[in-house]
Amino acid sequence: MSRAALLVLADGRFPAGGHAHSGGAEAAVRAGRITDAPSLEEFCRGRLHTGGAVTAALAAAAALDADPGELDRAADARTPSPALRAAARRLGRQLMRAARATWPHPELDALARRFPKGAHQPVVLGLAARAAGLGPEDAAYCSAYEGVSGPATAVVRLLSLDPFDATAVLARLAPEVDRVVQDAVDVARRAVSEGPDVLPARSAPLLETGAEAHATWPVRLFAS
Amino acid sequence: MHLDHHHDGPAAVSADAHRPDGTRRALRIGLGGPVGSGKTATVAALCRALREELSLAVVTNDIYTREDAEFLLREAVLPPERISAVETGACPHTAIRDDISANLEAVEDLEDEVGPLDLVLVESGGDNLTATFSKGLVDAQIFVIDVAGGDDIPRKGGPGVSTADLLVVNKTDLAPYVGSDLARMAADAKAQRGELPVVLQSLRSEDGVRDVADWVRARLAAWTA
Amino acid sequence: MTTPGGVRATARIVARGDGRGGTSLPVLEGEGPLALRRTRGSGAEARVMLVGAMSGPLGGDHFTVDARAEQGAGLRVGSAAATLALPGQDKAAARYDVRLSVADGAELHWLPEQLISAHGSDLYVGTRVDLAATARLVLREEQVLGRTGEEPGRLTSRLTVRIAGRCVLDQELACGPGAPGGWDGPAGLAGHRAVGQAVVARPEFAADPPTARMLGQDAAVMPLAGPAALVTAVAPDAQRLRRLLDEALASFV
Repeated sequence: MSRAALLVLADGRFPAGGHAHSGGAEAAVRAGRITDAPSLEEFCRGRLHTGGAVTAALAAAAALDADPGELDRAADARTPSPALRAAARRLGRQLMRAARATWPHPELDALARRFPKGAHQPVVLGLAARAAGLGPEDAAYCSAYEGVSGPATAVVRLLSLDPFDATAVLARLAPEVDRVVQDAVDVARRAVSEGPDVLPARSAPLLETGAEAHATWPVRLFAS
Repeated sequence: MHLDHHHDGPAAVSADAHRPDGTRRALRIGLGGPVGSGKTATVAALCRALREELSLAVVTNDIYTREDAEFLLREAVLPPERISAVETGACPHTAIRDDISANLEAVEDLEDEVGPLDLVLVESGGDNLTATFSKGLVDAQIFVIDVAGGDDIPRKGGPGVSTADLLVVNKTDLAPYVGSDLARMAADAKAQRGELPVVLQSLRSEDGVRDVADWVRARLAAWTA
Repeated sequence: MTTPGGVRATARIVARGDGRGGTSLPVLEGEGPLALRRTRGSGAEARVMLVGAMSGPLGGDHFTVDARAEQGAGLRVGSAAATLALPGQDKAAARYDVRLSVADGAELHWLPEQLISAHGSDLYVGTRVDLAATARLVLREEQVLGRTGEEPGRLTSRLTVRIAGRCVLDQELACGPGAPGGWDGPAGLAGHRAVGQAVVARPEFAADPPTARMLGQDAAVMPLAGPAALVTAVAPDAQRLRRLLDEALASFV
């Protein structure tokens, strides 16, 4: 296993479409709920412990070879917002393209055939990690980290926030990312034997309603 | 370019010349250039000039709205199902160069839904002089500048001006009013671009897009040869 | 964890089509603090009221309500008053399980009053709904964080809905002291003290799903990946939350 492969997959410049999504930050900025670095930090913390915990567990379970179809259904059930389901599938499709070009693997081909319009992104991420020779912990780290780094990058653009402040937010969240990842891997191992119902289902109400509001805007910078 | 193989499954990658079913995909031409230089107007004119002879579609990359796509829809240059808008997260140059996945997806969806297509025009959002298209996304690119943006733009160069497959200097009809020296722009462009072609156009004149349309036809002939 | 010292109580409701266009209640069993009363129904529907004989659950208690609408039944369940989660004597957590099942052709309206999480309380609520393929459901749940002016207790609420065995909604909300970080931040509740969900499931949604829409700033109707829709709403207080959810539910008629 190559540690450097993790850096390739986790790199914010990995060309998988993430740059066009704010992870809900654009809606929260418009609602006046993110105004500065401290409110960005609380937003990211909330996202990490809800949607982040869910996607990290899904990614880890996919990396452990749990059935991707079942995981995709579990992701659907945990994503009531149709705007967020559409964004997750779009990002899954884009990640699939990048992953197949980067780490060609029959499992990725099979998933692409099964979901031509895209599986949920964390499911694809877990299989991409497998294809890259990485493990469940690596997949969970990628998922949990991009769940907070995406909004932080977006808020730098949306509020012209000092990029050093945004990066410091990510550094302060690092110990919590570690804990979320550990929990995700533990529960993913259980999901492999007990089924996806044991996966976490934590939700953040304003992320869902915010995503639905965002989807109705005629003018916006980010796709979600 | 990988001309000899195609990938298994629906999502072919990047610049493959074939679609997953083995058929040859459409030629993709990118149009980039600064804000207001006339990219969308050129796309609209190209659609009107070529739509009777070719099966074509357009992908727009707007900065923060779907305005360019909506302009094309309003002008009815193509049926709505042949126009697709990509959202770019405030960075249109990222979407056409560094991370082209959303654009590739839009192109593929157009080929699946309204294909077979001969030509896809990919329009960048207005950006700076360094914004160029990835070779993984387009087969050729047109860079559109205009005389009102300053007649020193060709001299200043930059990747768009010096390396685009075609440089279009637009709005030549405005040159006398903005004090731009067309001869100097052409000479500077020649100096920057060597043998690469330059078209000076005014879309206000009858058939103003003819030179660009002819260039597109020649690229298409080479692509399908 | 609940403790042996707490109260364990289970209430059971079984509703069944009586074959004459009405609904009978062959099982209507309350226990301890969970009392049940049949109230006047209308038309084919039977109505049951949950009557809390005491406020609860307290820390350490474990309540279960099990309601089944069998073939042909129309059942509407409400509660006489809000449920108040209070701290127990030994700091133990309380647990409240709601199990709802609706058979083919049957319909359940589950519309209890709010759940109020009082300061110092610690409650886990698990609501599990199993619907047959042609079952119909209207469900409303509201969580109020603290009595007026009071800091909330800890509340974790998980709602799962299965239709024909397939999970279409699995959602957990955790809030209050000790909940994972950021629960009251810009992604979670942002200072709102009332949050609620409504679920509407109908077989005809499979062919004709409801459209996603916003109700004001912070409430949305969201079609699920299955023949059901979720309404999620946050509001400053219980009254405004109720108005939002009822407005949303009324729009489904």
